[in-house]
Amino acid sequence: MNWTLRTRRTLTKRFPADQLLPDRLPAYVRSSVYLLGMITVAALALLFLSGIILILGGIQWWHTSSTGHFFNSLHFWSMQIFFLSMVLHLWAQFFMGAWRDGRAWTWVTGVLAFLVSIPAAFTGYVSQTNFDAQWIALSAKDAFNSAGLGGVFNVLNLGQMLGLHILFFPLIVSLLVGGHLLQVRMRGVVHPYPPDEPPVVARPRPERAEGGQ
Amino acid sequence: MMEPSQTTREEPRPQTYYRGYPMIESDLIKEIFFTTLAVLVLVVALALVFSSPDEGGVTIQRTAQDDPLAFAQSTLSYLDGSADLTSYGPPYTNGTGAVQSIGFFSPQTWAGVALPVDPARDFVLHPLQVAAQVNAPLASALTLYEGASAAQHQTWTSNLTQALAAPDAGVVNGAIQVAPGDYGPVLTMLTAETNLGLSGALDGLLGADEGKFFQVDYTHVLLFVSTSETMDTLATNFNLQGNQWGVMNETGNWPGQAWLWLYTSLYQVPPFTGSWAAFADLAAVLTMGALSLILLLVPWLPGLRNIPRLVRVYRLIWRAHYRRVETPRAPGASSAQ
Repeated sequence: MNWTLRTRRTLTKRFPADQLLPDRLPAYVRSSVYLLGMITVAALALLFLSGIILILGGIQWWHTSSTGHFFNSLHFWSMQIFFLSMVLHLWAQFFMGAWRDGRAWTWVTGVLAFLVSIPAAFTGYVSQTNFDAQWIALSAKDAFNSAGLGGVFNVLNLGQMLGLHILFFPLIVSLLVGGHLLQVRMRGVVHPYPPDEPPVVARPRPERAEGGQ
Repeated sequence: MMEPSQTTREEPRPQTYYRGYPMIESDLIKEIFFTTLAVLVLVVALALVFSSPDEGGVTIQRTAQDDPLAFAQSTLSYLDGSADLTSYGPPYTNGTGAVQSIGFFSPQTWAGVALPVDPARDFVLHPLQVAAQVNAPLASALTLYEGASAAQHQTWTSNLTQALAAPDAGVVNGAIQVAPGDYGPVLTMLTAETNLGLSGALDGLLGADEGKFFQVDYTHVLLFVSTSETMDTLATNFNLQGNQWGVMNETGNWPGQAWLWLYTSLYQVPPFTGSWAAFADLAAVLTMGALSLILLLVPWLPGLRNIPRLVRVYRLIWRAHYRRVETPRAPGASSAQ
């Protein structure tokens, strides 16, 4: 058995290119709400880029360099936009019933990405090496300790928090977001709920493409 | 009851799933490119205009300089075991002071002392032993202290605690000024530790605990400064205390972790502020865990998964679609592709 051939055939069958990168979508996706997911992914990409530059400079670089502080500001605002757009995306998908028609796992991977993003951001906050990091770590320790997690997830241990922030959590978030996007592409975008009143004709009339985007 | 149409029924291909709906041309790569560009421009503008917060860290030296007398009192409490940290409980000590449990459910106790901290040894005696190598009077004081009984320790520290609480007690130029009394070697030790704090040497001594060169674990140093007035005052001024929605806030006027609003809100309302206050952290963690699980399982939860259909926000999101399909059309119009 040729493992490579088998893998290629499986991937080609499960993830055909016209589904991964479709050039035609249903007209109902013409809503600004659909941009929220894309903004979230864009902000995540900027978070990674600014974070990589920050860590290249060293953990305390941004305290002493105006360039470093600028990249910290990019990281900070990317994170704010990331969470804002992700939460709005989550609520919008909730109110659109986005789990319908076999899309439960699209919902689950999206919610997991949101939930894992919270400790990802938290470990960044406690790795800032400033007063904010000190206070957040000291405030948070009691909650982790109360749940019996303080010994294995020591928020006062900068080395552990930084390692989790720059490697572990980004990896998990990337996998979840990647899985979420694959789910969206493989299953397509969920239909709108049925209309209130049935139209005169059973189905919408055909429309020509309304132009590229 | 699970409705197959809502959860598990799977359409094989999007093209099949979209059948009957009008289609439009799409260019995902172009959309991603321009969206990323727009977000980049926005982020750069926000970074240039608003920058980002960076309030410098609080050193042990700063806490000592801000209030030397409070520093001396706090250090004495670490030595005599009266500090809250000594009785905190897991993962730091064997105490029960901060242990939270709901009935028999006490994961904090079950987890045990994973990060042992002995405040008297780690925060006072060990740093003093290092300093004593170049301070003969301190070395003598330490020898006397370590040779004395626990009862004698208690007498000395108790006397000094009372003396430090007197209105005329103070620290002047590094010298602790108290009324004459039976303090044994403890006054010498406390004076030395206060001066180590004032000079900044204690930051290094605590950070370099256990003779390690590289340091990335700030557990001891942070626990040491956690009781300082400096930290508490700064946090209050920045609205970072627990009863000020602190977890959501940020130093200065920048936005904080707003996504934690639900978790933070629990600490502002009963029963978390009342009958559950003794185990508020554990209750909040469990509550958020349960709510997260519910959010995750929405597709399978009857009632919750029907909320969108009832509140009809989707009508706003897909308004163009509904306008089109609900507009009466002339009979005979051709059907969708």
